[in-house]
Amino acid sequence: MVMIHTVYRETKARPGFLIALAFFAALAAIGLGAAWYMEHHGHIVTGMNNGIVWGLPHVFAIFLIVAASGVLNMASLASVFGKLPYKPKARLSGLMAIALLVGGLAVLVLDLGRPERLTVAMTSYNFKSIFAWNIFLYTGFLAIVGFYLIVQMTRRWQKFTTPVGTVAFLWRLILTTGTGSIFGWLVARQAFNAAMMAPLFIAMSLSFGLAIFILTRMALDMGCDRTLGNALVERLGRLLGIFAAAVLYFTFVMHLTNLYSASRIGVERFLLLDGGIYPLLFWGVQVLLGGLLPIAIVYSKAGRSPAMIALASALVIIGGLAQVYVIVIGGQAWPLEIFPGMQVSSSFGDGQIQAYTPSLPELLLGLGGIGIAAVVTMLGVKFLPILPSEDGEAVEQPAAA
Amino acid sequence: MSCGTNRDCGCATSASPGVDAGRRAFLKSGAAFATVALTPTVTLMAFGAGDAAAQGAQERLNPAARWGLLIDVSKCGDGCNECVTACRKENGWEDTGHPATDAQWIRKVTLTDPKSGASRELPVMCQHCDEPPCVDVCPTGASFKRADGIVLVDKHRCIGCRYCMMACPYKARSFIHEALIDQKPHAPRGKGTVESCTLCVHRIDSGRNPACVESCNATGGGAMMFGDLNDPESAIAKRVAELASTQLRDDLGLDPGVHYVNL
Amino acid sequence: MTSFRQIALVLLVLIGAPVAAALAQEASGVPLPAVPKAVKPAPDANHEQLMRSNHMSLLKHKRDLTVHEGDRTPQYSLNECVTCHAVTGGDGKAVTVADPQHFCRACHDYVAVKIDCFECHASRPGDEDKAAGLAAPGESAVAALSDYLQEVEQ
Repeated sequence: MVMIHTVYRETKARPGFLIALAFFAALAAIGLGAAWYMEHHGHIVTGMNNGIVWGLPHVFAIFLIVAASGVLNMASLASVFGKLPYKPKARLSGLMAIALLVGGLAVLVLDLGRPERLTVAMTSYNFKSIFAWNIFLYTGFLAIVGFYLIVQMTRRWQKFTTPVGTVAFLWRLILTTGTGSIFGWLVARQAFNAAMMAPLFIAMSLSFGLAIFILTRMALDMGCDRTLGNALVERLGRLLGIFAAAVLYFTFVMHLTNLYSASRIGVERFLLLDGGIYPLLFWGVQVLLGGLLPIAIVYSKAGRSPAMIALASALVIIGGLAQVYVIVIGGQAWPLEIFPGMQVSSSFGDGQIQAYTPSLPELLLGLGGIGIAAVVTMLGVKFLPILPSEDGEAVEQPAAA
Repeated sequence: MSCGTNRDCGCATSASPGVDAGRRAFLKSGAAFATVALTPTVTLMAFGAGDAAAQGAQERLNPAARWGLLIDVSKCGDGCNECVTACRKENGWEDTGHPATDAQWIRKVTLTDPKSGASRELPVMCQHCDEPPCVDVCPTGASFKRADGIVLVDKHRCIGCRYCMMACPYKARSFIHEALIDQKPHAPRGKGTVESCTLCVHRIDSGRNPACVESCNATGGGAMMFGDLNDPESAIAKRVAELASTQLRDDLGLDPGVHYVNL
Repeated sequence: MTSFRQIALVLLVLIGAPVAAALAQEASGVPLPAVPKAVKPAPDANHEQLMRSNHMSLLKHKRDLTVHEGDRTPQYSLNECVTCHAVTGGDGKAVTVADPQHFCRACHDYVAVKIDCFECHASRPGDEDKAAGLAAPGESAVAALSDYLQEVEQ
């Protein structure tokens, strides 16, 4: 057993770091402005309507929340599964988990019809609502991961990292199950109402979270003249390939199950074949660009190049956004089947594909969530001993072998 | 409460379709309520509620009732929009020229059988489910079911998350996308909250029929009937018992308070 | 030390200026709100005092009773406030809350407390309520008396 002593330091802010920080802060500020604009005028200025009630902000919010629980996986690998090479990444992983969740929740809350009534959501609960459970799961996640970070940073509490890390790991599994169940438990809609949503969302979280982690870590290294060991990048890349394959697997099983049910052929045909933008996003962006291509990259010779792994990570993120878009918006676009087997028409869009064109404020609010997550991460890295010094990283390499 | 679910308890004595009369009769027989409803499941709570009701509260809702509608699709006229117009006028929701975002509490739906080509029309509104999914999913408890079965949004608690709209199988709910002015005093509505058919709860509370039912019977096809489904003596309960009625999406087991015949 | 003093001075100016301005205004006398007279006489002698200090909690309690229990009695109902305290504007119709003359705004503007009620609720009597609310002055006493008798009866 090689004794590893990793030194963590606050990151020195170089010009590149500060420019990036300013950029993300501006993104966050623009997002807040967009939210104010939407709140002031009402949702009439968005593309959302009575048919598509959740739009682009929800795509970003759900993507960030799902990724938040997945990004914690680096820390879990070290604390729970005893994979020491990942230990120097544990603190960044915990910080990013908090940052991404805060960013996602900010978008979700700012999109509410009455965001100023957040106190109502915090004081008045319906305990039968999976949404209300999620409020506890989210706040609990922030508290547990925050404590986990403190434990990691406190030398005499090192012995608690495994139990606290285990609690955090279990909590994140429940949290992602809860997020998936927001859709999985909707009995009304043909595209949702699938128990498979929960494991699918867990696979998605692992994949998106790791992709974001790899890119963030590479970017931070670039800004600080530090490099992640090549061997480790390669390993992370291959892990990403496994997660991306898991997402494809659960997606495949879910659609196959639906295709077997005659009552769901219609919605499946819409999402997979003739629904315009949705099949395009599904096959072209989610499956091909965001699934098969990154898997091919990381398992080919190209998978040894950090640049190619960065590309694979970016593709997973793009594919992930497309996937959430298809799930959330594609699922609503298919009309509710109140009268099965009948041709239906009304003044309220019954029997018609629900139209949705995202508006600029929605996009800006969503990007604002990414800005918030990035600012939180960068401030954490700047003011807390999050990142390992080069020495620590160098020492760990032999242990990884 | 046990009385509300027990059709044989005899507490709802009024055969009158008038809501208020029925309620008053029920409340006056407060003593009967306490004694007749004495089944093994009756607790002290039932007595407490009975007492409270007897003391003050002609003005409170009747917890034994389950208000519902019976819609005879064969009488619902093609192109007739009386119920929709009446609801608009009563509750103040109107066409602002934004069809995708305008609220619609009730709408006429046209069904065509692709095999036979036969078509018919029917009104669809909040179905006032006994097991409403919108109430289950609402994080703050703003979506709720009154003791008399009417499903409402408490707009003081609604944060505008629209999860209820995701959960409703009937597309019954609308989100208010713009600021409103000059709302009806009895039908408060405002930007950023969700709303749906209230079954004209303000009318029911003062013993009147919902606006859609009133207008359908006055100038429409006379296709709609309103009443207490829990009262076996009520006209609606008798009709529901004798005519095999259907409920929309009955596969979901939500037990809507709106029944359709000849669908 | 100098820097500390400078900071203290800046703080003093920052905090002191608005306070001084407020005091000066007080002295010059910001006009107290002109509360419009109600259309009907008060339902009981205690009404003004009770509502001044408790209207918010009474209204809140009543709103829950109305929404959840179906209690539509006039006592402490917002519609009753709006009807009884309607202010007739230049066009002969009751003003909405958009008008600074509105009963609720008289005090709420003075104390700078934002009212959320009228985002959803009507801020003036509706057509059917107006008949009772904006009765001719001679009739209002009779209307109030009959209202009162009705309430006693209940």
